[in-house]
Amino acid sequence: MDTESRRYTLPELMVTAAAREIADGEVIFVGMRLPLLGFLLAKSTHAPNAVGIYELGLVRDTVAPEPILTMGDLPNFYRAQWLSDMADMMGLLQKGEVDVSFIGGAQVDRFGNLNTTWIRSGQARETRMPGSGGACDLAGLAGRHIIIMNHEKRRFVPQVDYITSPGYGDGPGWRRRMGLPRGGPSAVITTLGILRFDPETKEMVLSGIHPGIRVETVLEHTGWPLRVAPDPVVTPEPTETELAMLRRFDPKGFWTGR
Amino acid sequence: MPQSKLMSLSEAVRRFIPDGSSVAMGTCLEAMIPFAAAHEMIRQRKRRLTLVGPISDICFDQLVGAGCAARIRAAWVGNVITGSAYNFRRAVENGTLEVEDHSNFTILTALRAGAAGVPFLPVRTALGSDLFKTNSGLKVITCPFTGDTLAAVAAITPDLTIVHVQRADRYGNAHFWGNFGITREACLASDRVILTTETIVDTQVITSDPNRVLTPGFRVSAVVHVPWGAYPSPVPGFYNRDHQAYLDYRNAGKSSEDFAHWCRSWVDEVSDREAYLERIGKDRLAQLQLKHHVLSEPADYGY
Repeated sequence: MDTESRRYTLPELMVTAAAREIADGEVIFVGMRLPLLGFLLAKSTHAPNAVGIYELGLVRDTVAPEPILTMGDLPNFYRAQWLSDMADMMGLLQKGEVDVSFIGGAQVDRFGNLNTTWIRSGQARETRMPGSGGACDLAGLAGRHIIIMNHEKRRFVPQVDYITSPGYGDGPGWRRRMGLPRGGPSAVITTLGILRFDPETKEMVLSGIHPGIRVETVLEHTGWPLRVAPDPVVTPEPTETELAMLRRFDPKGFWTGR
Repeated sequence: MPQSKLMSLSEAVRRFIPDGSSVAMGTCLEAMIPFAAAHEMIRQRKRRLTLVGPISDICFDQLVGAGCAARIRAAWVGNVITGSAYNFRRAVENGTLEVEDHSNFTILTALRAGAAGVPFLPVRTALGSDLFKTNSGLKVITCPFTGDTLAAVAAITPDLTIVHVQRADRYGNAHFWGNFGITREACLASDRVILTTETIVDTQVITSDPNRVLTPGFRVSAVVHVPWGAYPSPVPGFYNRDHQAYLDYRNAGKSSEDFAHWCRSWVDEVSDREAYLERIGKDRLAQLQLKHHVLSEPADYGY
């Protein structure tokens, strides 16, 4: 976990990994926090034709002229492609026009179900969290979604206490049975590595580890016997160009912790 | 000639928000949050309110901390750039606040159904989630035409929607630009609308660009002139978001005592918005003002 000796921070590595999940020309439903940066980074490097949809009612096909901390910051409105309302954005999502979205969570389980509503900690003691926001909608309706979260044993649990944002439920076929027309999580980018989902069983598999992290460390921090891909790749470090871009979008290191 | 609906904020809140009302606020998400109105509701010690909104940033947390709310129908309650908000969390954990859990799409749909005058509308979202366990206004249904599995979202019709806008005439016709979030639905779904506005303008200014009108003035009950009425949230054309205010608020509700202190300093001891702005300070407000004005081309409505 020690990245202090490196030329980048852990969040910078995570945002870069997130940005690389975006292909050129894709339509991205952009969530808050790290995804705000991930979209801008992808857009200004390998995905110049990506289009960003923001749930408050905004479509952008260019990079905002100044750093933003929320999607509602005024530079995000400057020469937007469309300023509209949430009904239009959710309509595009529901029709299947969104390729990919990013969401975070407090708890995730082996099938990629996410909880941001309630945590049960021991006997009847419950902790209330902020809730879904748009995450439930994105997890249900985007072509695929990417989860970004801290990798800790108390967060990586065999079964979440509450499904705020559906993953693959209890396994293959679940989403279709529920009536979800498409989608599901395609990757989980954590503070330790990158996990993907077995196409047959829909279970999470460790497919990549961040530089300097050992597979055993990931297993120790996961609350179920995590499957490991035959040859997990090491997450490529951010390039100089990517770091320069990131620092332009987050000059004070608010999200990337410099 | 229609009657002027101009009045003070304290009068609007007193007249149109009786205890027990359901009130939609913060309907644009991070922008245009009617904080001035929320603080006046706290000052007047409104009680047993139901708060309706998508996310509210820290607005709902303040109303909850001040004891104004009994129930929340929302998708997310917290502090957008820092995470959890403690008054909300404590009140739910203590059982003093009831929550109807929504996603942004379901709260939008509930208000759309309210605006359209139907008991529910169908969506494909929320299926497979546990929102059905904590929201009795969601039901799984089968489409009578295609046989698809859908979620039915029950209508929400708030007593009141409070909206902050850039400019309004005295009769309730207002211009609003930026992102709308679920504002138009909320205005149409509720019985009454209170507008707080940065500026009061002549009716001719509004009718010069009817595409930009938020909601028809005949449904608006009160127009209140409140410059900086959405501070610390941003208002397109007027001021940027004061990020520091949200960071400063991070721990304000950590305990009930901390919040009581915050509430005294920032709400109770300031009689109105002007006094509040004085306390914020001219320099800080000047920092937030627009640095570049970018005007749109006029649209020609001629005949």
